[in-house]
Amino acid sequence: MTAANLSAIYGAVELVAIALFILGLRFLSSPGSARMGNRLAAIGMLIALASFLIQTQAVAWWVITVGIVIGGVIGLVSALKVKMTAMPQMVALFNGAGGATALLIGTIEYYANSGAPFGAVIAVSLVLSAIIGGLSAAGSVIAFLKLQEVMTGRPVTYPGQQIVNSVVALTILACGVWFVASSGQMPPVVFLGMLAATLVLGVFFVLPIGGADMPVVISLLNSFTGVAVAITGFELNHTLLIIAGALVGASGTLLTVLMGRAMNRPLTNVLFGAFGSGGGSEPAGGSGGQQNVRSASADDVAMMLAYAQRVIIVPGYGLAVAQAQHAVKALADQLEKRGIEVRYAIHPVAGRMPGHMNVLLAEANVPYPQLLDMEDVNPEFPTTDVALVIGANDVTNPAARNVTSSPIYGMPILDVDKAQNVVVLKRSMRSGFAGIENPLYEMPNTVMLFGDAKASVDALVAAVKTV
Amino acid sequence: MIDAQHFVILLTILVLAVFVGFEVISKVPTTLHTPLMSATNAIHGVVLAGAIVVTTVLFTDRAPSWILTTVAITAIALGTINVVGGFAVTERMLQMFRKRGASK
Repeated sequence: MTAANLSAIYGAVELVAIALFILGLRFLSSPGSARMGNRLAAIGMLIALASFLIQTQAVAWWVITVGIVIGGVIGLVSALKVKMTAMPQMVALFNGAGGATALLIGTIEYYANSGAPFGAVIAVSLVLSAIIGGLSAAGSVIAFLKLQEVMTGRPVTYPGQQIVNSVVALTILACGVWFVASSGQMPPVVFLGMLAATLVLGVFFVLPIGGADMPVVISLLNSFTGVAVAITGFELNHTLLIIAGALVGASGTLLTVLMGRAMNRPLTNVLFGAFGSGGGSEPAGGSGGQQNVRSASADDVAMMLAYAQRVIIVPGYGLAVAQAQHAVKALADQLEKRGIEVRYAIHPVAGRMPGHMNVLLAEANVPYPQLLDMEDVNPEFPTTDVALVIGANDVTNPAARNVTSSPIYGMPILDVDKAQNVVVLKRSMRSGFAGIENPLYEMPNTVMLFGDAKASVDALVAAVKTV
Repeated sequence: MIDAQHFVILLTILVLAVFVGFEVISKVPTTLHTPLMSATNAIHGVVLAGAIVVTTVLFTDRAPSWILTTVAITAIALGTINVVGGFAVTERMLQMFRKRGASK
């Protein structure tokens, strides 16, 4: 068979892979077929990679094998071991791995060319994909560290930060222009220095963004990696990378905008607003200022719940970290046994990512029809006897409705305060992820039940049983 | 070397793929945002194919230094983590949805 025929066959195989990616994404957009969608995309990936592996004709086979085995084991084990609550940061790390790959591809290409000048398209795409990939990789690691609470989730800001960032960005830009202008004939020291600077910029880029905005940032970095992969496609002249990268870049951007819209946070605010930095100086005064709260015992709350007719549970990230989803389901079962109507109010960004809470509750076998979206549940609160807020804070903060000076002003919230009674389960009076006080806690129809979410819910289950 | 005509073809493909990317997920419900993000994350793991290509080029007709060899292995390992981890974690998320359906 001629070489031309062979490459036509490889092209056709990649076309199948691309069709499977697109079908997979389409199926992933509706709940019934989502699982099938993921598998179709995975099969597409398998086909595409098989085609590429055959095309290498076993050159460097041991390098490729060693890499795939190491990466496969690490990827599979961490994906299977990770707790469902830590999923967002796991996705961030996987995304960072992809970004780093794009960066390393550019690096290898630079060295593999051993001094020959690059064409303009390759020079531009090499340097761009390496820079964007590096930004995404370093940014993802910081996002991971913030969500894992290895480092503070609060925005890290200092005077002159924007200036420092601009200087680093301009330096990278200058090096990039140099690289292209010299057709890649740049001293290795400068090339490596430029890559190091992109990693630094990735770190600086995510540092000032607060934990509450991290889901949007991860989604944005995900689309960054997509863009880097598409540009890598130009660098290596492979349409499969261009198409798959562009698909992810575009859908990732749309997803980022959808998430930002759910939080009423324009993307520019997320990136440059240092969300919660106003609250950063507040906690000292904040925790002292909010003392006008009533706390209750588990028995009091159990009594209130047991004699209610309609209860809405509002789960938040506190529930997720405490792994309380199964305990919550047990509580709901107890209440339903008494003929009480129990439903769940899911804020679009409950947990740390849209849909995160649905996944956690699904894990605890909560029936799907009991999960209500914000628009559906808000009219229900005035006729609800007890709203049980478990580890949710900012998404219930009535300040978002009327306090124009509040950093979360305008964010759509759950109208928990309109319920007859509000019970808030909370670890302490510490302010929420966005670092803002919540006037809900001081309202006359609110009582607080302090403690770890899981311990509190377990206590409630036991107490309801004895009522 | 990529000539201008070929470049425009690649650019056309890129632009069309961008439109498809926007269109294909435009009706996704909030519930599926996280799994969808995770799945798109896995799809850009196709960068692994790029790592394989560039490693092959690096090793064709020469034996690169151990440093570059390590870089190549790292690139392939990281790309594989992106692909394998991405699809596996998405599968786990979606399993949660199915378990509920099955138990009913």
